[in-house]
Amino acid sequence: MPARNTRQLETIVLLAPIVLFASAGNVLLAKGMKQVGQAQSWSPAALAVLFAKAFANPWVWLGIASLLVFLMSFMAVLSWADYSFVAPAAAVSYALAPLLSHWWLGEVVTPMRWAGVGIICLGVALITRTPARTTGLD
Amino acid sequence: MRTLLCLILVILGSTGGEVAVTHAMKQIGEIQIFFPRALLGFFIRALKEKWFWIGVGLLALGFFSLLTLLTWAEVSLVIPATALSFVVGGLAAKLFLGEHLAPLRWAGIALVSLGVALVALG
Repeated sequence: MPARNTRQLETIVLLAPIVLFASAGNVLLAKGMKQVGQAQSWSPAALAVLFAKAFANPWVWLGIASLLVFLMSFMAVLSWADYSFVAPAAAVSYALAPLLSHWWLGEVVTPMRWAGVGIICLGVALITRTPARTTGLD
Repeated sequence: MRTLLCLILVILGSTGGEVAVTHAMKQIGEIQIFFPRALLGFFIRALKEKWFWIGVGLLALGFFSLLTLLTWAEVSLVIPATALSFVVGGLAAKLFLGEHLAPLRWAGIALVSLGVALVALG
């Protein structure tokens, strides 16, 4: 039987831009929206002001650009890799989010959150040991 | 009751949307990412794919359901519950995309769900 090309290493390497741009995008958006401030009310006028302020904020635009790069790398990888491989493996971003917010925004990370970070990493390690692709193979 | 209904919409919208987008990408065919021109063509073809837009619609539904839910429900309830979407995603990938999920992958998915819930609750 010929070796089946699951593009294993390539898939795992491409998790890096997926995870980094997803995490960076969320942190940048959070940073931007904190500068923008809370909605004064839920009236259409107040929401319009909020959106106008959000779209005038450079961090919000950096966040959106980051999320677009994330989406495009996610789509490219899914052209060959399993969804059930990529989606949970990309959940490493949920482990990165506390780390980045700890370093960049100075947020406190609780012991329970650190435990979650560890369990996510273990789960992702198991997933990367399964073949990245199980469909469309000859 | 309305919380549960909204939560189901969040999970089905986000997971269903990603599964539909995956289906669209598989229709277009495998891409070699180190050829920039092929990459551009790939994204243009994606925009012409019916399942891509069905996926985008479902993702939008999931996103707005989440925003609606967050107007009354606690974040500490919502995010741990959405951690279930990895399990739902695994089932959907098996049923609709024909992926083969080895026990090791299911174990990994279960750990990831638990870990995401803990991070959110922390």
